[in-house]
Amino acid sequence: MTESAAVLIRIPTPLRTYTAGADMVAVSGDNVADALTALGRQHPGILERVLDERGELRPFVNVYLGSANIRSLEGLGTPLEMDDILAIIPAVAGTIPR
Amino acid sequence: MNPILVLPGPLQAEMEMLARRGYPRESCGLLLGWSGENGRHVVHYQQPGHNLAAGNDRYELDPEDYLAAEMAAKAAGLAIIGTWHSHPDHPARPSATDLALAWAGWSYVIIAVSSGNVAELRSWRLGGGDFAEEEIYHD
Repeated sequence: MTESAAVLIRIPTPLRTYTAGADMVAVSGDNVADALTALGRQHPGILERVLDERGELRPFVNVYLGSANIRSLEGLGTPLEMDDILAIIPAVAGTIPR
Repeated sequence: MNPILVLPGPLQAEMEMLARRGYPRESCGLLLGWSGENGRHVVHYQQPGHNLAAGNDRYELDPEDYLAAEMAAKAAGLAIIGTWHSHPDHPARPSATDLALAWAGWSYVIIAVSSGNVAELRSWRLGGGDFAEEEIYHD
């Protein structure tokens, strides 16, 4: 059995309250879901802001692998390689008042 | 005590110009700076973003612009401390959707543009499930 890939996850400012201010967190995982789960184990509370109750990516959160949105790859099942960098990107969105 | 946003005049003028130019669509961007004493936010520069949303009544900043701004912020020793967007022909107060999609701890600058002219600029910060208006200082 090969070792899981060691990857880095960029943490956006609003979620750094869960990581004691850290902007990057090192984790291991064979795919994006594994890496996010590992992040959640290290920093309780953060995973719930990224994934919904069914374990799917929340609609207003994006995760990028390098410069590619994982939604355009294989989603949470996107495989990871050693030294990949994931970025959690919070949606910046809204509407005018009704 | 209201939260404080330090927004230098030239940066405010820059955002207002972009909001006017984008009218009647919503314009948007990110605020880069640092968090000081008592949670005071100090803006060093703003980074305009592409609005990917269809229609003139909404905005969705391109996640790639977010990623680029975050890397630029890190390189400069700063952080993304908030966002700005315009409300064409509507007041500079957050909508229910703005609230639902807001992230705690960020400043949300809203620029009301009426008939192509800036009517007002106000800023808000989410805390305890609702927005509190920020006091804006220009230096």
